[in-house]
Amino acid sequence: MRALVIDDSRAMRRIVSAALEGFGYETRQAGHGQEALDVLQEGYVPDLCTIDWNMPVMDGLQFVSAVRANPAWRALTLMMVTSESEQGQIVRALAAGAHEYVIKPFTADALRDKLALLGMLPEEAVL
Amino acid sequence: MTLTATSFDWVRQLVHRESAIVLAPGKEYLVEARLLPIARSMGLPDVGQLVDSVRTRPSPESTRKIVEALTTNETSWFRDGDPFTALTSTVLPSLLSARGPAERLQIWSAACSSGQEPYTIAMLLEDALPNASTRVAITATDLSREMVECTRAGRFSQLEVNRGLPAPMLVRHFTRAGNEWQVSPSLRRMVTASECNLAAPLPRMGPFDVVYLRNVLIYFDLPTKQAILRRVRALMRPDGWLFLGAAETTLGVDDSWERVVIGRSSAYRPLKGN
Repeated sequence: MRALVIDDSRAMRRIVSAALEGFGYETRQAGHGQEALDVLQEGYVPDLCTIDWNMPVMDGLQFVSAVRANPAWRALTLMMVTSESEQGQIVRALAAGAHEYVIKPFTADALRDKLALLGMLPEEAVL
Repeated sequence: MTLTATSFDWVRQLVHRESAIVLAPGKEYLVEARLLPIARSMGLPDVGQLVDSVRTRPSPESTRKIVEALTTNETSWFRDGDPFTALTSTVLPSLLSARGPAERLQIWSAACSSGQEPYTIAMLLEDALPNASTRVAITATDLSREMVECTRAGRFSQLEVNRGLPAPMLVRHFTRAGNEWQVSPSLRRMVTASECNLAAPLPRMGPFDVVYLRNVLIYFDLPTKQAILRRVRALMRPDGWLFLGAAETTLGVDDSWERVVIGRSSAYRPLKGN
């Protein structure tokens, strides 16, 4: 399985990528929503995007809306991974088309639990 | 490592006496990890000194803390989700057709820890059943007083709600309360929490239509497992359903149960005539 990790913090990209690679994912990274859209438009279509909310150029919510506006990317699973923790923000992200929402700080176990809920854990990680 | 073999043995005996849970040899690291916060809170530098102090001046409060620290587990929502899928796909429809409309379904979460399991059940039922809070009663029990209080309060930290609780359910069934999340009043009305030691004679409860007894039996020796299953069975309706943990079974322990496969999960039902 492939994941695109979108976050403007290099440290956070590294943490999320390392966790996902530990579950068997192959990862790529993007520093903001527009860079991530460029990656998708180049033809790299992952199974999963993890998305920070606050980023320069294009924020996470705008990215989710842009992905959802393109039927070609319908199969993409979108998971917010952000420190934004207000109930209203979670509701907005889900309404825009995000499937899941992980609040920072989080543990690798939390990521794994959410992926399991989505049926997005590669087989070897389930066993 | 500060724990001597004598100290570890003393802890093992204490935990077995108070809870019937067997701490296998080699679990010294678990004792160290779980008891260190208690040692620190008492101003002691390590677990060895904590054990020495409690051995020489035993008090019900400190022994209770030690037993609780070693018998409670981190839990996540929808932990091993299959027994919950089985509840809504098979068990609930079967019970609703077998019971009258005025009969209240009784569900027991027998090792509820800090409340994730009973509230997971409550959320699923509220989403599946109109007027769930008047049609279902969930009894949540745990050995630990602290865990029972957490369950009663129904408040969970950010880290706890991150552990396997689907975001749509979080926003539907919880409200933000400072840095924590509070379960809705209707879920709290469905769940009654109390202390209960499964290894001792059980209080008057039930009869239960469904029992979740997951990841409990693994901690006990065979005679205690058999005694627990016998007592649980006595509190169940004859057509009830028992869910055990994924690594647990009644096979080879107590032959008065029938195993029923539901999707990727197994349930156990009392065999008639036993």
